[in-house]
Amino acid sequence: MTLLFDIAWTHIRGRLRQTIVSIIGVMLGVGFSIAMAGLMQGSQDDFVATLIDALPHVLITDEVRIPPRQPATRIYDAVAISGLQPRDDRRGILNPTAVTAGLRVWVPGTFSASLSGQGVIRYSGKEQGIALTGIDPKAELAVSSIEDDIRQGSFEALTATANGIVIGDTLADNLGAELGDTFSVTSASGVLKQFKIVGLFHTGISVSDNGVGFVNLKSAQILLERPNAINQIKVRLNDVNTADIVAARIEAETGYKSVAWEEANEGLLEAFKIRNTIMYTVVGAILLVAGFGIFNIVSTIVHEKARDIAILKSLGFRQHTVMQIFVLEGLSIGVLGSLAGSVLGYSLCWLLASIKFEIKGGPAEITHLPIAYEPVHYAIAIAFALASAGIAAFMPARAAARLNPVDIIRGAT
Amino acid sequence: MTAAVINGKQPAIEARNVTRILPETVPVTLVKDIDLAIFPGDFMAITGPSGSGKSSLLYLLGLLDLPTTGEVFINGRPTHDMDEAERAAVRLGTLGFVFQFHFLLEEFTLLGNTMVPMRQLGRFKGAAMRERAEYLLEALGLADHMHKRPDQLSGGQRQRVAVARALANDPPVLLADEPTGSLDSKSSEQVFQILSDIAGRDDRAVVAVTHDLDMAERMDRRVRLIDGRIVADTVQTDTMQAAEPA
Ligand SMILES: Nc1ncnc2c1ncn2[C@@H]1O[C@H](COP(=O)(O)OP(=O)(O)OP(=O)(O)O)[C@@H](O)[C@H]1O
Ligand SMILES: [Mg+2]
Repeated sequence: MTLLFDIAWTHIRGRLRQTIVSIIGVMLGVGFSIAMAGLMQGSQDDFVATLIDALPHVLITDEVRIPPRQPATRIYDAVAISGLQPRDDRRGILNPTAVTAGLRVWVPGTFSASLSGQGVIRYSGKEQGIALTGIDPKAELAVSSIEDDIRQGSFEALTATANGIVIGDTLADNLGAELGDTFSVTSASGVLKQFKIVGLFHTGISVSDNGVGFVNLKSAQILLERPNAINQIKVRLNDVNTADIVAARIEAETGYKSVAWEEANEGLLEAFKIRNTIMYTVVGAILLVAGFGIFNIVSTIVHEKARDIAILKSLGFRQHTVMQIFVLEGLSIGVLGSLAGSVLGYSLCWLLASIKFEIKGGPAEITHLPIAYEPVHYAIAIAFALASAGIAAFMPARAAARLNPVDIIRGAT
Repeated sequence: MTAAVINGKQPAIEARNVTRILPETVPVTLVKDIDLAIFPGDFMAITGPSGSGKSSLLYLLGLLDLPTTGEVFINGRPTHDMDEAERAAVRLGTLGFVFQFHFLLEEFTLLGNTMVPMRQLGRFKGAAMRERAEYLLEALGLADHMHKRPDQLSGGQRQRVAVARALANDPPVLLADEPTGSLDSKSSEQVFQILSDIAGRDDRAVVAVTHDLDMAERMDRRVRLIDGRIVADTVQTDTMQAAEPA
């Protein structure tokens, strides 16, 4: 084998400049694909991480995807029911204690049950609608990142203040209310209740900042006249990757619609897939061009070294061996290009990651481009480069192996 | 039919009724009805006018080309049903070639060139391989040039390297196509002497195509081709007597 390497090396050395150009071609292909993949994966990971952090991993709501079977169909195998008026159940997760207790047994993670409903705030002559969510503050903090968005007061203060409320800062500004102020909220059914502001948050999402309030679950149940009722359970899992499996099992066991975060953000994840496909297509095209370069140089060498091929074959090198020599030449270019490309890719990633950006809007914050350093990106780029080099070299190598030495020896005589 | 009857020995190479026709639009017959046995120790000249098929015959005997009809045996082994890899293996281990133009790898030193067949076959390895290559080059008068590349040598020197390389794997048969055809008379004589020495030793057969009738006269056996057919196969029994008075 070292002999084949030696022969291949003499061929490459004779075409050094062209070889270097080919190596650079592969290097650029591999390097840019690694940098691009790192950047795209990085931003995707960053985005998903934010998403996972902010959203419940599984959201159980009081909707039922499959309508409950009618008693008649449960008893008889095949019946047609007509003129049936479904019972007008009040919505909500019935028997919440039993449901959460049931989940607690097997779901690895934490839960927060909540009851949401609409209300109207009246404060110093102003009226403003609000979406109220009644929660157990401790349980809610375990599943959501709301605490990070608190600007004044605290979320936990709800525990100590039975009639406390946490609202968005924009809403408070609109009302002209401040931390510690008290206002009244009226529900759709006309129940009125006083709430004291114990915390202000700013999420950056204006719908939340201007129209959402958190209160104790009990207060919400009183205001909305739904004692002991809840209509939503947020689940935060220890392992986020099991969300879809857990969601499916919860739905099967409880009958309530359970949505994993992947399902909830399906469109977004689908968009990432399309983006990745486009990226790998571009990278593939670059490496294809690099492949043409390799094809070109190996073809040239085969043409130039026809005499060498005749010599080797007359000495007793078999076709397969002759082919190996030229495939080796193409692969060497591929390997060297891949190594150089990996270094280039890593450097580009490092360079991109070191660029500082100032984000406007929020508090002056300096951030960096999120870059993922995934070995699999290197593996994919290198595998693609080597495959393209191998295929590009294979064609002229096969032609070399098939050269008839007699033709060449005769031609030289 | 063949010389096997005369000699009673196993031929190193035997062609039986070999015909080679190129399948062109007008088919070209290169050689026709060749029956020829080359025995260990033979020092044989193939002569004939230009275009008579000498080179073509040598390629067939050396398994570089395949007969259209007929069979070639190497050490009694039929070769017509061998595949490409098997024929290559026979060339590597059993046959040595020397062509009119030296056909060396230009980027390898003389030592490197001489070792190529050995490295590929693996019969001689490591230090033994290197020693053998040095020994061959020394024996051929190239001791001072081993680390030079072919383009630094004269034609005669290069042809001697080609001989060294052909002998590298110690093949029982050496096939040469006008090995002195491109050399001046002094180099010619040197190369001829070397081939002559080799042929005498270890029962090695040397077959050389040549235009040079004087040279052919000094070889033990002469096969003459005309229009692709053997017209004469003379075994020179008086070589010794002819050589001694000279
Ligand atoms: N590829 C080919 N196509 C057509 N004719 C060919 C081909 N190869 C050889 N020939 C012809 O076959 C005949 C035998 O050729 P060959 O080279 O064997 O002769 P030779 O005796 O070695 O001649 P020389 O002494 O000139 O080397 C010649 O007439 C030659 O022109
Ligand atoms: Mg010839």
